[in-house]
Amino acid sequence: MTEKSFFRRSAIGIVFFWITLFVLIPNLLVIICSFLERDPAHFIRFVFSTESYRNLFAAVFFRIFLNSFKNAFIATLVCLLLSYPFAILLCRVRPSLRRYLLVLIIIPFWTSSLIRTYALVILLKGNGILNSLLMGAGLIREPLQILYSDFAVFCGLVYTLLPFMILPLYGNIEKLDIRMVEAAFDLGASRMQTFFRIILPLTMPGIIAGSILVFLPALGLFYIPDILGGAKSMLIGNFIRDQFLTARDWPFGAAASVILTAVMGFMLLAYYYSLKRFNAKLME
Amino acid sequence: MGTWCKRLYMAGIYLFLYLPLLILIIYSFNRSRYSTRWTGFTLHWYEKLMHNSMILDALGNSLIIASLSAVIATFIGTLAAVAFYRYRFIGRKVLYSLVYVVMMSPDIVMGISLLIFFMLSGISIGFTTLLLSHITFCIPFVVVTVYARISGFDPRVLEAARDLGAGEFQTFRYVLLPLLMPAVLSGLLLSFTLSLDDVIVSFFVTGPSFEILPLKIYSMVRLGIKPEINALSTVLFIFTLFSVSISQLLIKEKKK
Repeated sequence: MTEKSFFRRSAIGIVFFWITLFVLIPNLLVIICSFLERDPAHFIRFVFSTESYRNLFAAVFFRIFLNSFKNAFIATLVCLLLSYPFAILLCRVRPSLRRYLLVLIIIPFWTSSLIRTYALVILLKGNGILNSLLMGAGLIREPLQILYSDFAVFCGLVYTLLPFMILPLYGNIEKLDIRMVEAAFDLGASRMQTFFRIILPLTMPGIIAGSILVFLPALGLFYIPDILGGAKSMLIGNFIRDQFLTARDWPFGAAASVILTAVMGFMLLAYYYSLKRFNAKLME
Repeated sequence: MGTWCKRLYMAGIYLFLYLPLLILIIYSFNRSRYSTRWTGFTLHWYEKLMHNSMILDALGNSLIIASLSAVIATFIGTLAAVAFYRYRFIGRKVLYSLVYVVMMSPDIVMGISLLIFFMLSGISIGFTTLLLSHITFCIPFVVVTVYARISGFDPRVLEAARDLGAGEFQTFRYVLLPLLMPAVLSGLLLSFTLSLDDVIVSFFVTGPSFEILPLKIYSMVRLGIKPEINALSTVLFIFTLFSVSISQLLIKEKKK
């Protein structure tokens, strides 16, 4: 059966080769690079150093990181609070209509975030639609300066990332066995108890998956502060980009990026355990 | 009352998602260059777009990269999905998890990791590096789309093929591939869209020698609003609208 082993070997081989060469090795290089010394001429010098990691705690940078994490966290929370009721409501729509409503969420999911961010500029700018509407309604006398502020960056993050929270949540809630909820009610649980002890734990995988897809980009999407933010608005993504392209301090940028990867690792671990729990619950 | 509240809430979310895009589209037909006031319908900005050679060049480059990376990623991704489904081999689970990790990992991490990799291996930044990177981030989406369809299959179809004397490749070519076609095409369309829209990874792995559309738009947008960008964004949005709708139809078809 040489033909069998040939097809099998090439199918496995090609994906193994690609992932190793273009994912595994480059990511290992980032980690190695973060432990090296910078070199103005050749980007890096092959001398072991933990300086980059110590620099991350320098006051200036630490403040940027803290601020970026805070922003991303609030954006994720707002996305979650907006999406959760929406996903539950979407699951209750009759299937023929739900199909179309779902596609209407998938379209912005796939639309370029750059274009969607740009669309916000037209809405938010000083003589833009929002200000015209508010002034027309007599609510404000002078145009609000929303654009080019941290608040605009926050709006941009929630706006571009909302579909990334809705879709995993919907996928999870749709699979929720409604009999579990009925059983809880039959056994005398109140609405609050049912929600916190049955529905919330069962939808935890969706919540975490959505949070990964929102929180990580909310740290990295550097063009959102560039387009919507003020002079000081900065995400970790902007910081990493600047280290690689302007400051030319590769090890420092790599160290910041390792932090992002570590955050992702923790979140994936949380996802894995919530999924295990979800499956265990179903089998009980 | 309750039902109306719920409907209103859902409508609110859709309004939030679509209002900015709708305004963008409307303004791409507005005659006035600077003001937000509506001063009349025009196709002028689309015409200007057609004569802007810098944008057309970038668009051409983007289309080349998107087509090539979509075709290659679909080829590799489909083979990978079939391998993950049919074969048990050492490292299968690790490899399969890695595919998911690539999909979840922040673009910026992928961008700089590939930049370091290309710089250290001495490949000059441009067409080749851009193509390799785009293939890399498209593969997982193909794998997931195709794998989702295979796992819904009746395994007896494959057993029947084997009983009738089909080899591994023949089974793939004449049994699996035709059945998988909708998912494969859907993966192809999504990869094309993904590649056409990418900003962050491309930002690191291409240079001035090979400019692509999203980076061109990015540098224009940083300088402020221009009606030409409204027109260009509208064109790209309409394209996404079509490709997503078609790929949804392709995936949905199996459930009938």
